[in-house]
Amino acid sequence: MAEANLKFRRERLDRGIKARSDTIYVISSYREILYLLLPRVLPVVGLLVLPLVLTGYWGKVLIYACILGLLALSWDFLASCGMFSLGQAFFFGVGSFIAGALAKYLQWPPLLTIPVATLGGGILCAAFLSPVVRLRGIYFAMITLVGPMLFSRLIIATEYLGGSHGLSSLTPFTNKWVPPYLAVGALLVCLFGFRRIINEDYGLVLNAIRDDDRAVMSAAINIYWRKIQALFIAGSVGCFAGAFMTHQYQFVGPSAFALDYSILPLTAAALGGAGTFAGAVFGSLILVPLSEALRVLAGLRITFYCIVLIICIIGLPEGIFHYLQRKYQQFERLTEI
Amino acid sequence: MLSLFIYGVIQSVTLALYALGFSLTYGISGVANFAHGGLYILSGFIAWSLMNTLRLPIYLALPLTVVIAGLIGFALYWGLLVRIRGIPLAEVVVTFAAGIAILEFLVWIGLYGFYYNLPIFIKGGIEIQGVAVDYQRLFVLGIGVILAVLLWLFVHHTKIGLAFRGIAQNEHTALTFGIESDWTGALSLAVGSALSAIAAVLILPMGVLESTVGYEVLIFAVAVAIVGGLESIPGMIIASFIIGFGQIAVAKYIGSKWMVIVPLGAIAFILAVRPSGLLGKFKELEERV
Repeated sequence: MAEANLKFRRERLDRGIKARSDTIYVISSYREILYLLLPRVLPVVGLLVLPLVLTGYWGKVLIYACILGLLALSWDFLASCGMFSLGQAFFFGVGSFIAGALAKYLQWPPLLTIPVATLGGGILCAAFLSPVVRLRGIYFAMITLVGPMLFSRLIIATEYLGGSHGLSSLTPFTNKWVPPYLAVGALLVCLFGFRRIINEDYGLVLNAIRDDDRAVMSAAINIYWRKIQALFIAGSVGCFAGAFMTHQYQFVGPSAFALDYSILPLTAAALGGAGTFAGAVFGSLILVPLSEALRVLAGLRITFYCIVLIICIIGLPEGIFHYLQRKYQQFERLTEI
Repeated sequence: MLSLFIYGVIQSVTLALYALGFSLTYGISGVANFAHGGLYILSGFIAWSLMNTLRLPIYLALPLTVVIAGLIGFALYWGLLVRIRGIPLAEVVVTFAAGIAILEFLVWIGLYGFYYNLPIFIKGGIEIQGVAVDYQRLFVLGIGVILAVLLWLFVHHTKIGLAFRGIAQNEHTALTFGIESDWTGALSLAVGSALSAIAAVLILPMGVLESTVGYEVLIFAVAVAIVGGLESIPGMIIASFIIGFGQIAVAKYIGSKWMVIVPLGAIAFILAVRPSGLLGKFKELEERV
């Protein structure tokens, strides 16, 4: 056996259909068009149909999965620009509290609070984190870890914005079809939007900042300004998730800054595979229903997430999505050395 | 004013004890051990179980706890960290997740409320010019100072300590001198965990053995380590005094619920203004900014 291993090695090659469908000639055959479209259309159709099928409890689970998917997307976007966040809860909480405060004190309807919280929250998050865009790696991670803790303690200590009791009985969504389709729609728009942004020149610069920020600086690009822009985009998405959940629960409290909202998106992205956005969505669509099915574990849920996270990072560092993508596009064979 | 001084000193030494293990591990192996808070509470729980379930006497249970915590740190390295060594973010995420897993697991088995607490070694207290201080706090003060001195001697005058510093300064050169990088890393994590266990058995008797405390210990340890400069022990001591006195002053003049904001604010401030910390020197430019 050992000898056989010595003489052969595995070789990966692109499937013929992959090579053919890379070019304009893809339009010459239905099979190749299908090969390209299927992985894109299937999840879109699936996500659009699911709210019709799932009602009641599992409908809520779907919404929650989409919201976590949005947070995971926002995490992935920051990560693809070299900013590694341990505090997605910060974005979530800022969005929640803006929407909650507007709905409570000014009686604005969700139609107004959600856009204002999305944009205003994005600006606020980018402004708050702008002094630390110079930091890299674990130092940025540490400050994002501290951010949500600081804010939740501040709210409890100052007793502004409802203090530790939070703001309750906020305006709900009126139509029952609005929440699921808003969540699913936002998820799809972000997913394909982010994939597009990252493939544009703009995204190329962001990726380059992650890979080698000195090189980008030497190309006379202001990386700090780019990072602030990325923070605004990711922050807006996180704030949208928070504002949405505020109206969905009709409640906002310091728990919006809870560790769950930091660790779950991270786990989802690690499980699905970072860097492709699809992986982050995939991960959260697996993780959330799985944890609902494991509801018997109740308090052990976070422990469960953490263990999944550890196993993913150590055992399957590329993530499920990358694995599937490879299987879809390539085949393996043994070749003699 | 005197009470501010005395309690400020005690609080500072407590913070330094929290941070000692974290700072040491990071300084040597570059592993930011975010499981520190989890290990702290876990050691408290182990000590409690040894004393109440196995009914061991206190002078046996506490050293045993420290040893077990060291072994756990050792296992943490060989079980998890060795596979992802050299990817700082993966290290952070894995230790962070391990710490939360420990804490939430302990919550699940019922570690909250006033049921669990560790006994105080020495009962009673004295009055220093009208300020009441109990002996346990003075004991913590003494042990903290002794521990800091011992640690300094250990790192500067023993072979293992010198190997630690060698690895910290330049891993490749240290390797050529026959210093095994993985073993030193594992040892550093073991020593760090043992230090967190020492802090736990000393400090926990004065409070409640609760999982939520673990998060605060982690915040304090990270705050002190970052403010002081991650690899510098003098910086760490200065930082713990700044934050300790800051906290006591805030508690006295503004309100005790504001106390926890001091370390968080200090982290945010120092990372924004001087990312390498007060006395951090090497790894200044290329890693942080």
